[in-house]
Amino acid sequence: MKLLEVRHLSTHYVSARGARVTRAVDDVSLTVGEGETLGIVGESGSGKTTLALSLLRLLPPAARTVSGEIWFEGEDLLTKSRGEMRRVRGKRIAMILQDPLASLNPLFTVGDQVAEPLRVHEGASRGSAWARARELLRAVRIAAPETRVREYPHQLSGGMRQRIVGAIAISCGPRLLIADEPTTSLDLTIQAQYLQLLRDLQRDRGLAMIFITHNLGIVARMCDHVAVMYAGRLVEAGPVARIFSSAAHPYTQALLESIPRMADGRKRLTAIDGQPPDPVALPPGCAFHPRCPKVLERCRKEAPPEVRVAASHTSRCWLAS
Amino acid sequence: MAGPVVEALHLTKHFPVRGGFLARETAVVRAVDEVSFSIEPGRTLGLVGESGCGKTTTAKLVLLLEQPTAGMIRFEGRDLQALDRTMLHAYRSSVQAVFQDPFASLNPRMRVDQIIAEPLVTHERLGSGEVAKRVARLLELVGLPDRSADLFPHEFSGGQRQRIAIARSLALSPKLVVLDEPVSALDVSIRAQILNLLRDLQAQLGLSYLFIAHDLAAVAHMSHTIAVMYLGRIVEIGDAATVAATPKHPYTQALFSAALPSHPGEKREEIILAGEVPSPLAPPAGCRFHPRCPHAMERCGRQEPTLLRETGRLVACHLYEGVIPARS
Repeated sequence: MKLLEVRHLSTHYVSARGARVTRAVDDVSLTVGEGETLGIVGESGSGKTTLALSLLRLLPPAARTVSGEIWFEGEDLLTKSRGEMRRVRGKRIAMILQDPLASLNPLFTVGDQVAEPLRVHEGASRGSAWARARELLRAVRIAAPETRVREYPHQLSGGMRQRIVGAIAISCGPRLLIADEPTTSLDLTIQAQYLQLLRDLQRDRGLAMIFITHNLGIVARMCDHVAVMYAGRLVEAGPVARIFSSAAHPYTQALLESIPRMADGRKRLTAIDGQPPDPVALPPGCAFHPRCPKVLERCRKEAPPEVRVAASHTSRCWLAS
Repeated sequence: MAGPVVEALHLTKHFPVRGGFLARETAVVRAVDEVSFSIEPGRTLGLVGESGCGKTTTAKLVLLLEQPTAGMIRFEGRDLQALDRTMLHAYRSSVQAVFQDPFASLNPRMRVDQIIAEPLVTHERLGSGEVAKRVARLLELVGLPDRSADLFPHEFSGGQRQRIAIARSLALSPKLVVLDEPVSALDVSIRAQILNLLRDLQAQLGLSYLFIAHDLAAVAHMSHTIAVMYLGRIVEIGDAATVAATPKHPYTQALFSAALPSHPGEKREEIILAGEVPSPLAPPAGCRFHPRCPHAMERCGRQEPTLLRETGRLVACHLYEGVIPARS
């Protein structure tokens, strides 16, 4: 059994009077093994963040997970009570969000915030939680942790804040870490430091990770497996090396083609026509068909099923079936 | 070939920091320090560096949104400081800008034709028929349908809005367009469309670009020349392909090694820099990069290196100097 197994998960947003239903996550299945890293890539509105929030059951009130199962360490998270979920979040599954300033409380010291999950989940005393907090700051390579614990978030740089968020995330020894665009707000050399830190933490603590990003470069550097989302569906999934060398779905192919590469010089880019669909009014059939260079008559009417292309490589495309 | 469109010579911008009693000047931020470059007609200068390195201030100086503390900008060979009002007016219409966020840079209460025509109305006296004709041509140039003219910005996607912003920047037939992160707010699948459009427009209209972005692959793709800035100084400048393929300055090397790979099989030496960019309020003595530099020598802490020629580009680093120049 894998650490995390998501089966046919669907999460919909329903408008106030129930008149409009947005299928933000539509029939998504995926697995993450112990210590593995899965990258979920997609553009804005593709449903990648809603998928992450569904896993932690942190959805906004308008959203509902309408079907599916989320098996984590042998239990279906969707059958758990709210109280039981609170003992999962931050303890067994932790999350890092994009903007560290928004995830830290400006009124509490760094030490209070790093110590909080230890006191809540493990009932540690203030003194021992603070001692652990100092160790955690050292683990995320913050210089002079003894003085930093007493500081407030505004006194730290962006890179340091994101490392504090990382320290909070690993404080209770989670098995799975979900990182939603964790380096988007960081500068390039600081991003490199942070990615290296996450890799080291993962190796030392045997963490499994889900990396949510729009950046295929991060997937190339960090992930073992990748799942590509488009309009709420997983259109392609498989091992990273395989997807980059022989992608089966035209969207993945086009995305890989459209990215400028350092070595290509000034060669013209292959652009994808059109724009991502409005999630409220998706095109019929395969949602990518209006932009697809290989569109068939069938794609306009029927949505393709998930097809196995090779070992652990799936694609939702009529061309693959 | 004609001379450069825009040339910066020892361009410097210091911002005073005031505080204490009677808001006295207590410190100075050296945002841009002795920066020199030139942009030829039809060419692109890519400016890279991390936040606080001075690239946006440099762009503002070129756009005349800030006055330089020292140094000068030359426009087609003439010093801007020496220009009279009409010539400055001509400069302002020759240098235009496209910004990062097309949601913030377009007035939501104006229709697209008004947005695109605004520079025409303020700079040139044209009849309404002539304005409509020019707007139609600009829309065609950036690949938007005619009917867009009557719509409001909210009716467009991010990529289309950026096309509107580009059309507006071209309304006065500029010679130089400052592109400040023009694709970073756009969806990944849209970026290539806009980058291709910018390249087509450059070929078609002979435009020069000052291209600022943090995505190094995009900069390498768009630029003829790349300038790398660190704490207000240019540390390396030269042919884009040369700098991207064989960076010489330790900072450029670290920066390009930190750029993400385009393929998981791409093996590159990873240089992870320690620490963070120091505050521009108190830049380190000597070479500003020396506290983070993996190759720092004793001399780097006391003597600031100057830009010197090194295999097809200019580098400011003591590693590439044969002899210590005799300077006090």
